[in-house]
Amino acid sequence: MLTVTDVSAGYGSFQALFGVSLAVAAGEAVAVIGANGAGKTTLMRVISGLLPASGGGFALDGRALEALPAHRIVAAGIAHVPENRRLFPRLTVEENLRMGAFIPAARKHFAERLAWVYELFPRLLDRRRQPAGTLSGGEQQMCAIGRALMSKPKLLLMDEPSAGLAPLVVEQVFNLVRRIRAEGFTVLIVEQNVQQVLDIADRAYLLDRGRIRLSGAAGELARNEEIRQAYMGI
Amino acid sequence: MDIYLLEAVMNGVLLGGVLALLALGLNLIFGVVDVVWIAYAELVMCGMYAEWWLTDSAAWPVLAASAAAIAFVALLGVLVHLLVIAPILGSAPINQLLATGGLLFFLQSAATLLFGTDFRNLGLRLPVIEFGDIFISLSRLIAFVAALLGAAALYLFLSRSFLGTAIRAVAQDREIMGLMGVDQRRIYLLTSAIGGGLAGLAACLLLLQYDVHPYIGLTFGPITFMICVLGGLGNMIGGFVAAFIISQIIAIAGYYVSIEASYVLAFVVFIALVLLRPQGILGK
Amino acid sequence: MTARLPAALAALVLLLLLPLALRDYFLHIAVQVLLWGFIYTAWSMMGRFGLVSLGHGAFLGIGGYVPALLWNHYDLTPWLGIPLSVLLAALLALVVGYPATRMRVVGHYYALVTLALSQVVLLSMIALRDMTGGSLGMTPRSAGRASWYALQFPEKSEFYFLALALWLAGLALWLWLERSMGSKALEAINEDEGAAAAIGIDVMREKLRVTLISAGLTALGGGAYVQYLMYVNPETVSGVGVSLQIVFAAIAGGMYSLLGPTIGALLTIVLAEGLRVAFGTHFIGAANTIYGVLLVLFIIFMPRGIAGLVEGLLARPGRPAAAE
Ligand SMILES: Nc1ncnc2c1ncn2[C@@H]1O[C@H](COP(=O)(O)OP(=O)(O)O)[C@@H](O)[C@H]1O
Ligand SMILES: [Mg+2]
Repeated sequence: MLTVTDVSAGYGSFQALFGVSLAVAAGEAVAVIGANGAGKTTLMRVISGLLPASGGGFALDGRALEALPAHRIVAAGIAHVPENRRLFPRLTVEENLRMGAFIPAARKHFAERLAWVYELFPRLLDRRRQPAGTLSGGEQQMCAIGRALMSKPKLLLMDEPSAGLAPLVVEQVFNLVRRIRAEGFTVLIVEQNVQQVLDIADRAYLLDRGRIRLSGAAGELARNEEIRQAYMGI
Repeated sequence: MDIYLLEAVMNGVLLGGVLALLALGLNLIFGVVDVVWIAYAELVMCGMYAEWWLTDSAAWPVLAASAAAIAFVALLGVLVHLLVIAPILGSAPINQLLATGGLLFFLQSAATLLFGTDFRNLGLRLPVIEFGDIFISLSRLIAFVAALLGAAALYLFLSRSFLGTAIRAVAQDREIMGLMGVDQRRIYLLTSAIGGGLAGLAACLLLLQYDVHPYIGLTFGPITFMICVLGGLGNMIGGFVAAFIISQIIAIAGYYVSIEASYVLAFVVFIALVLLRPQGILGK
Repeated sequence: MTARLPAALAALVLLLLLPLALRDYFLHIAVQVLLWGFIYTAWSMMGRFGLVSLGHGAFLGIGGYVPALLWNHYDLTPWLGIPLSVLLAALLALVVGYPATRMRVVGHYYALVTLALSQVVLLSMIALRDMTGGSLGMTPRSAGRASWYALQFPEKSEFYFLALALWLAGLALWLWLERSMGSKALEAINEDEGAAAAIGIDVMREKLRVTLISAGLTALGGGAYVQYLMYVNPETVSGVGVSLQIVFAAIAGGMYSLLGPTIGALLTIVLAEGLRVAFGTHFIGAANTIYGVLLVLFIIFMPRGIAGLVEGLLARPGRPAAAE
């Protein structure tokens, strides 16, 4: 479904990604793991069009996307739950969800999608009139994911959904991701919680200083000595 | 209470409505595009001339001319953004402010060139109505009601529609608007058009009460900036409230001393407040 | 530096001889350039610190009105009236500048507070119409002839030398300010207050100091301007237009260079006069319309001004850097 070919990118003269290639098949959940500063967020930002690639390209269902601006990439079917959630703090929960349905194709089905997201995350229904800035960390993550789901994306990008949350809440967030998988969404997820993300993913890539170092089935990587030592602290 | 004072207070409230409209437009643009249009009051002047010209030279009925004037200023707003603001969106805020200052010169002198320095008005004579013992001019009352209706329409648009929500969202997190499928440039254009439209509406309402001349912007431009800052730049509700506070200061001091003295007082209060509470009276 | 001194001296001699060569009209323009050049230089002393004031009309108004009022109503010579107005302007700058630097009022807020300040002076002058003549303006009582006591010189060439001296004094002060704190420190303050404080600069004191000097000099310029024109009205010294015009000229010329503000004065005055002559009185407003467009273009394409552009060209690699 998603194919990333030889993508390079950076900030000014600083290069953060060096010829990264990866693929995600329909219905799959694929994880990208790596240390802080490895370039995971940069990769996500390139795929959602927030950052132009300096080389290479990527395509969704065979349609090349690298030349499109971010707002057209959403319309093409990729939604991005950004690092640190980035909700609009002074908009209510429901207004945040409305923003998620901004593209014309989603606007038409706004009421029905809203009901669906509230069904997935009943907590959001309780909080719908509350400014998003006043939610707890776990609720904010629900809202951020719900917002991305409002566009019914073909592919959902998630950038460290568990970051900055209490351990108990981290567990809840991974359950959320399982639910989303169960709904049939294709997911590309970046995580530093390596053990847990390998538990829910089908396949995974290891990103190291801007390059793919390892890739394979999630279970396989979970058993890899190097990964266990460097990223799981075992 | 003194009847005349009461009348002054009432007039203050009525003036507050139109000032509030201007503050809303300016704050909207500042909150979304992050630019202060120093020439905002000059856009109002353009709207007043447009309406006057259409009724006077083209003999349009007042309502049609008003609608056309509003559309015209909305278009001007778009042009201001495209031609002046967009090229320097990335440069220092003070440069953006100054570029619109150049626009101020341009609009003033263009109006002088086209219409001369004579004072023009619609020549409407609306009656004065009597409430108990106080007299209120109908034109002010119409202006007040229309301003409130305009503000209410803006409120509904911003809170209920997708585009309106996006406009508020841009002010909170510019960077991720793309992830929402929002083309930021289009939001900026729309905001500039709405800001212009509000200036156009204010123009029509002011023309009911005042004559238009090329320098009329200078008489209420500064007071509008002041109101916006007092309410907290970009804070629409704050600006709305501040408009009524300031217009009361002006009305009451104007009653006791003189119009200029009341403006002096308003500006002094403003300076003192900003120096003591730079975040605005309603800011955190 | 070695090549600069003779050049400066030659320029000075030329400037001293200028009145011999110029007709009255051009001399009038020269006086205006010198006086406004002085005022723009005073403004730039603050501007280059990042203190963009939209309210110098306030100080200009005080300098313009106070000596004239004292002369007309109390027979006080401008020799006392002008220094008094300078002190008054500095005092006003202190009252507003102290809390502003204290509370870190910057950017838009600073610009708008200073704008309000100029409005206060403008409207006060109108409100005091019994003394000031209101919007119609006023004329300092004429001494009837050239008089040092009244500081009135109907002959343009006489006033020219006064304006020249004032302008030179302004440049000298600029250089002194730069020496006294070092241009590095100045830049540091403009760019990053924290860093400036870290290298031992008392940012607040420096800012306040330039604010007071700038305000005082602007009042001085206003005083000289009114003595020259023998007329003052609120809009021409304290209106929004004047305050904006000061900022524009300083920016167009280049507020980071010694001669930048003067170049700005030369440019804007010659342009305005040229356009006025070109369009005559048939198209009132045509000249200013073009002027407005040019200002916008300037801000968009040359934010460091002409002097900045020239310095940039001179400082290109491959050439020895100018001035340093
Ligand atoms: N906006 C930016 N400007 C400059 N460098 C950046 C920026 N964002 C990230 N970087 C650098 O790019 C590299 C990769 O960052 P990032 O993609 O955020 O890593 P990760 O998400 O894996 O922690 C890091 O070295 C980081 O310092
Ligand atoms: Mg990251």
